[in-house]
Order: sequence, then structure tokens, then C-alpha cells
Amino acid sequence: MRPLHLNLLLAGGLFVSLAASLFLGDARLNLSSLAGALGGSDDLPALLMRELRLPRALLGLVVGAGLGGSGAVLQGFFRNPLADPGVVGVSASAGLGAVMAMYFGAAALGVLAVPFAAVAAAGLGVASLLLLAGPRASATTLILAGVAIGSIATALTALLMNLAPNPWALAEIAYWLMGSLQDASWTELRFAAPIILAGLALLALTPRALDALSLGEESARSLGIDMARLRLVVIGGTALAVGGGVAVAGAIGFVGLVVPHLLRPLVGHRPGALILPSVLGGATLIELADLATRLLSGPGMPLYLGVLTALIGAPFFLWLVRSLPGRAI
Amino acid sequence: MRLELSSVEFGYQGRPALSQIGLEAGGGELLALVGPNGAGKSSLLRLCAGLLEADRGEAMLDGASIHDMPSAQRARRIAYLPPDGVSAWPMPVRRIVALGRVPHLKPLRRLTAEDETAIDTALDRAGIAGLADRPFDQLSSGERARVLLARALATRADLILLDEPTAALDPRHQLGVMEILRAEAGRGALVIVAAHALELVARYADRAILMQAGRIIADAPPAQSLSQARIAEVFGVVAPGGIAPTPLQLGD
Repeated sequence: MRPLHLNLLLAGGLFVSLAASLFLGDARLNLSSLAGALGGSDDLPALLMRELRLPRALLGLVVGAGLGGSGAVLQGFFRNPLADPGVVGVSASAGLGAVMAMYFGAAALGVLAVPFAAVAAAGLGVASLLLLAGPRASATTLILAGVAIGSIATALTALLMNLAPNPWALAEIAYWLMGSLQDASWTELRFAAPIILAGLALLALTPRALDALSLGEESARSLGIDMARLRLVVIGGTALAVGGGVAVAGAIGFVGLVVPHLLRPLVGHRPGALILPSVLGGATLIELADLATRLLSGPGMPLYLGVLTALIGAPFFLWLVRSLPGRAI
Repeated sequence: MRLELSSVEFGYQGRPALSQIGLEAGGGELLALVGPNGAGKSSLLRLCAGLLEADRGEAMLDGASIHDMPSAQRARRIAYLPPDGVSAWPMPVRRIVALGRVPHLKPLRRLTAEDETAIDTALDRAGIAGLADRPFDQLSSGERARVLLARALATRADLILLDEPTAALDPRHQLGVMEILRAEAGRGALVIVAAHALELVARYADRAILMQAGRIIADAPPAQSLSQARIAEVFGVVAPGGIAPTPLQLGD
């Protein structure tokens, strides 16, 4: 399939899933409520659409796009199909950053404090991954380094929860960590979207370098690729794209793993050509997964998006590890 | 086109890898770097490719320092094939060969007609035009080596550096690779190849550069530099009468 056709197909799929998450649910909303919402009408369906469904759907879209795109870039950069922001500890690092900001009351400094902390911590996570595993890391080294970074971040997060002043703060952190879009509002969207889009814009600079990198670092350098610059772009882009999402939606795992892996054969395994399809695919997957959590959640018993993606993603991860002879475990 | 190195020194963290390297060569020549493992062949190639920076002295291409050249310009003029090359992803052969055009691509542009021609020619010269659509992981090791060689040829560089492109190949593929390199030199490129297959070097190279412990100890046509005495001194093996060119010919 030509990349253009694939991207058009995926964009179509994304549009349909976006429509589904706008119009399906307990409250039956339709096109006229969307028109009302956009037109500034104040009746109930228009309000539901404008204040609940629309921001939630759009937030899912950008969060998923960031996760899918950074998964594709990380896999291309590490030349390893197991690299995913969740698996290699970047999401956990971002989570730690956000929790620290919440715990120490930095959130009071301004609405951007939490996402900023998440982005900075995600960047630190990717940078330490590079330092520990190196760009030529084998699958085993990469996963071990990722597990180490993820564990440290999770342990420190747990420590903060341990020291939480009251059960409500504890519950807030715990639920937030599960990953969810249920609190989505225009506020979240307004600060997450620019961060994630900036990250994706950085990641969009990498396709040619990632293609050249398939032949190894030395070959890539001999083809004129500036590895130091590529490293910075990957670290910065991933930190923004993942950190921005984690800051508002918590850690949603496995999207960055599953989506690029499923789409890779369709682009002839070219790491550069995989980025845009993974952005579209990641957005679609989050849109559908969030719709499922919304439809499956009973009254007073919300199902968390991160839980659902992990339930689907973890078995997939196991299967992937098993099906890569000599590359992992 | 002229490559010049004079009294170049290089070491890895203080451990000297190359010392007093002097070398001059021009377009149209096929040079072979010969020597035991650890003699400095790979370091010398990487230095010429601009991937390493000399501690003293410099590798110069037409009077300009290779290491200080803008990386895009260097990538257009110098093609480098590392040892044990692989492709991390099973991309189709044509896509891999197309990577040789990366230095020529304008930002955000597709391959031009000139790029496509260069890719087709490289596929032809490497004898793998029939494999263009095959994924890399379904190729034999001989085919893989030719694909990576075609990638280096597709750049159409003046200076082509290859680190053991014939390793792990059967005799027929070894001959095939050397024929391709001979032809590239015939078109005016300077080809420098590190190799262990001494009979092949004796047959195909214009000059065999014998290296030992980071130094060049002989730089002459193979008949002289691969003499019995030199071979015994450097490799510690006895080659009665020196290394004779391989008598093997490519069959049909």
C-alpha cells in the first residue's frame, strides 16, 4: 500500500472513531447538538457536547497521537520494536514529574506547572535511557534499562503516595495514575494540545534520519546524519509528546507499542514512513478505547482508560516478545 | 580527486591505534588495506570517512580537511560501508539502496529522476536488480552484502571506503564484489577496501597497503608488498613465493 493511501485510510478511520466518540454514549447526542455546541447554544445537549464530549474526544485524539508518534520514533531510533514510552519508563517518569508537582503544591504556581514537570521528567527519562542503554542497545539492554528507569520512577511515585497527607490526596494520585480522560475539559485540552503538537512537530523532523539509522549509527553518520542533533530532537520530541499527554491523562500504556508494530508492515518497514500512520493510528486507538471505557463503565464505577489499554496491550507485548526470536528474552 | 594523509596519529583513550600514517592516492585507484586483526585497518577507513578525528595530522580530500567538511558535502563525496552491515528492519532492497541517496536529497523532497537512475544503476552493478522488491530478511548473506554494497555505490561518491565487504562470502560472491569495486575504480573513483582475502587483493588491487600495529609497513603493488618475507613478518604464516593472485574466474 502506498503511504499516502494508508494515511488517508487511517485519517478516515480516525474521523469515524471521533464521530463515534462524539455521538455514542448514555446521552444521545446528534449533529444538531454538535452544531449547537459550536454555535454557542446553551441547551442541555449542546452543553453536554461542548463541555464534555468534545473536549474529551479532542484530548483523546492529541494524547493518542502523541503516544503513537513517539512510539514509532522511539522504535526507529533504538532500532527495536519493543521501545514504547510505557515499556521503557518514559511514561512512568512523566507520571513521577506530575505527581511531584501535585504533591509539593507546585500546581498552585500555575496551570502549566504540572505539565511542565511531566515534560521535564519525561525528557530526563529518555535521556537516562540513552545514557544507560545507549543507542546501539540490544533489546535486552533496552528493556532492562527501561525497567530500571520505570521502577525508580514508580517507586518514587509510590513513596510520595506513601507520604500523602490524607486518603483523598492518595486516591487522587492513584486514580490519576491509572490514566483516564474522564476529567477532560477545555482547560486540559488548551495546555496539553500545544505541548503535544510541538513534540510531534519535532518528531516530524526525524524520518530521513531514522531511515538512514536502519543501517546502523556509523552508516547513518557517513550518510550525513548528525547523531547529536537527532538524539536531542528525539529526547525533546518524545518528552513533549508523552509528557504533555501524561500530564493531563495519566500514564496510558502500550499504545506506542501496539500501533507502530501493527502498521509497520504496511509501510514496507520503513521507520520514517511509519511516524504519520502511527500518529493517526494512536489517535484512533485512544478514541476507540476511551469510547469503550465510557460505554462499559457502570454508574459510579468508572473504568480507567489506562487499565483497558494495559489489559489489551500487555498480552500483545508478551506475544511480541515471544515472536522475536533472538531479539529479546 | 586526491586523498592525502601525512603523519596522522590516532588513539582510543590514549591507546594508540594509528601512528605515522602517510598515504596519498587519487581517483581511479583500487587500494587494499591488509593486515592482521587490530592492525588499524578499520580505524584508518573510519578516519578517511570523517567518522574519527585524528589526534595529530589530518585526512585531506582535495586539500580540505575531511573531518571539518560540512557533513552533507562529506556524505556526497565519501561513501563508507561498515563491517558486518545489516538493516535493522526488513525493508525492501530498493528502499535500502535508496538510502545511499540521502546525502543528495533536499529537505522534504522525494527522490528525483537522477536519484532513481543512480539507484537503478547501483542495483544493476551489484547484480541485484532482480531482488529490488524482496525484503532484506529473506536474503542470503551474499545477497545482503551486495545490497549494502549497492547502497554505498548509489551515493556515486568519489571516495568509496569498504570495511571487509568480502567477509563471510563464498568464492563466487567474493570475486563478484571485487569485480564491482574494480569497475568503480575504472570509472574514476578512489576505492579503498580492507580485506583479509590476500589472493583476491593480489589479483585486483593496484596497491596493497600492509599494516601492522597501527603503522603502514608497506605500500606498493601487491606483488611487492605481499612478498613471502613481509607476509611472514606481519601475519606469522609462511606463503612460499609470496601471495599469488587467485586463479579463480567468474563462471557463467
